[in-house]
Amino acid sequence: MLTDELSSVISNSDIGGGYRFLLLDAPQLASKLQPGQFIHVRVPGLEPSALRRPFSVFDAKDGVVTVLFKVVGRGTKVLAQAGAGEKVSVLGPLGHGFPLSGVGAPLLVGGGFGVAPLHFLARRLGERKGILFIGGRTEKDLLAIDRFEALGWDVRPATEDGSMGYKGFVTGPLDETLEGFKRFNGKYELFTCGPDGLLKAVSDRAVAAGMPGWISMDRHMVCAAGACYACIQRTRLPDGSVYNARCCVNGPVFAAKDLVW
Amino acid sequence: MVDLSVKLAGLDLPTPVVTASGTFGYGAEYLGALDYSKLGAVTAKGVRLDPWPGNPMPRHCEVYGGLVNAIGLQGPGVKDFVKYFLTHFRRETGGSVKMIVNIWGGSEDEYAEVASRLDGVEGVHAIELNVSCPNVKEGGHTFGQDPVVLSRLVKKVRAATKLPIIPKLAPNVPDIGVYARAVEDAGADAISLINTIPAMVIDIERRKPVLGNRTGGLSGRGIHPVAVKCVYDAHKAVKLPLLAMGGIYEPEDAIELMLAGASAVAVGTATFSDPSTAARVCDGIAAYCERHGFASVRDIVGLCS
Repeated sequence: MLTDELSSVISNSDIGGGYRFLLLDAPQLASKLQPGQFIHVRVPGLEPSALRRPFSVFDAKDGVVTVLFKVVGRGTKVLAQAGAGEKVSVLGPLGHGFPLSGVGAPLLVGGGFGVAPLHFLARRLGERKGILFIGGRTEKDLLAIDRFEALGWDVRPATEDGSMGYKGFVTGPLDETLEGFKRFNGKYELFTCGPDGLLKAVSDRAVAAGMPGWISMDRHMVCAAGACYACIQRTRLPDGSVYNARCCVNGPVFAAKDLVW
Repeated sequence: MVDLSVKLAGLDLPTPVVTASGTFGYGAEYLGALDYSKLGAVTAKGVRLDPWPGNPMPRHCEVYGGLVNAIGLQGPGVKDFVKYFLTHFRRETGGSVKMIVNIWGGSEDEYAEVASRLDGVEGVHAIELNVSCPNVKEGGHTFGQDPVVLSRLVKKVRAATKLPIIPKLAPNVPDIGVYARAVEDAGADAISLINTIPAMVIDIERRKPVLGNRTGGLSGRGIHPVAVKCVYDAHKAVKLPLLAMGGIYEPEDAIELMLAGASAVAVGTATFSDPSTAARVCDGIAAYCERHGFASVRDIVGLCS
């Protein structure tokens, strides 16, 4: 059941690198959203007929929905101007999120603002803490590390330019850890959100190892409610056939084994 | 209290506002986001005989004044539509909202077959004939570009079902009155118009079309005045009731179409930016009638002189 909640902006802060934290007073959505789900935001200041913009959720609690976003285009540029008290229509909760009930060590792999839903996930996993592998081009792209550390998570950073942590792609430290699990027959569960290359890298590893992998796919959206079929992700059905699933309702989180790249 | 009930294609609808095909899934997707009691009916996404995958991505591009889409009529096929989607819709709405099913095919026989499979199915109130969608190579728009072919198709579907038939006309024809008359003579019960306008977007850096299908259909704000003229022309040509759509975002947009001759209207693309649009438009039509002293919404149909 959807809600189109008229929320108000609590704060909209620049955290450097083109990234921003947007806090919305949205008690209905805050109480319903689950990790990995997303919201469809009507950007105040854009023409009323403009399409909404989808955002994953960094956190949702105590009546507040927190969005971590990057200014990448016209919509986000205007959203960056929304001031405290501004009213924002938000549709949600949308999509199929990360499962919380698995077993095995949770290994989260994120890049850029892909860490947003991973933070919500980490918090809701509670005592089942694990490792966050966070990668990007440079230190500025590694976001909210302090928030994960505050939750008691082990954070392994990687930067392509070596400005923080391992020099190279985040798959470097990830593979080292996966080797360790393999050697000692450990069970783990991979969760990822970030650029397409990262998603495929993690998905391939989950499938190869026969471990559960939960991949948050990203698509431009139109309705975000399952009504229009614009946001397709190819998936494998049990009978082996390929089906055009909708990222907004069947995803955004898909099981690695079901994805057809 | 203004009487909002209208008659369309022999159906009694509680309000003159329906949702347009392709913008409202199979009816249940937007539950919670708007007041369904303000809807006269929903129109299901286009269904053909067998499951259809639709077009490659990207399937849409936002443009100034609207949206270009090339979804390509992805669908479950008529059997699974009835078994899963229609059943789910009826359960979720308690059977309280009427459904018009949009259908299409690659041949006249397929249209007739789909229509006959929907005949007598509980919860299916009318069939909208998709003869104008620009986004599929076979079927669809090719039938709607030739009035003789269109007439023959409508007759074939007429013979295959007792359900009310509502052909959906394309705007990109020299004289829409010709097509309206063709389907009226062939036995249609109402006409819906307009479908999207063939359109295209090019990525100038990659020097390639943006859409996976290369071309698509334009909907939204920009096409509204085109819709108004098409309805005005069709209303002069035929006596059939008209279901008008094309760029309705506010009550005024709908009222214009009704004054041009539409008995009912459909909200489509606007739902994406504001899911409550159809309900707001219904309220706005009522307020307009109240303000001008019209006891029934039917009183404003075709009032533009």
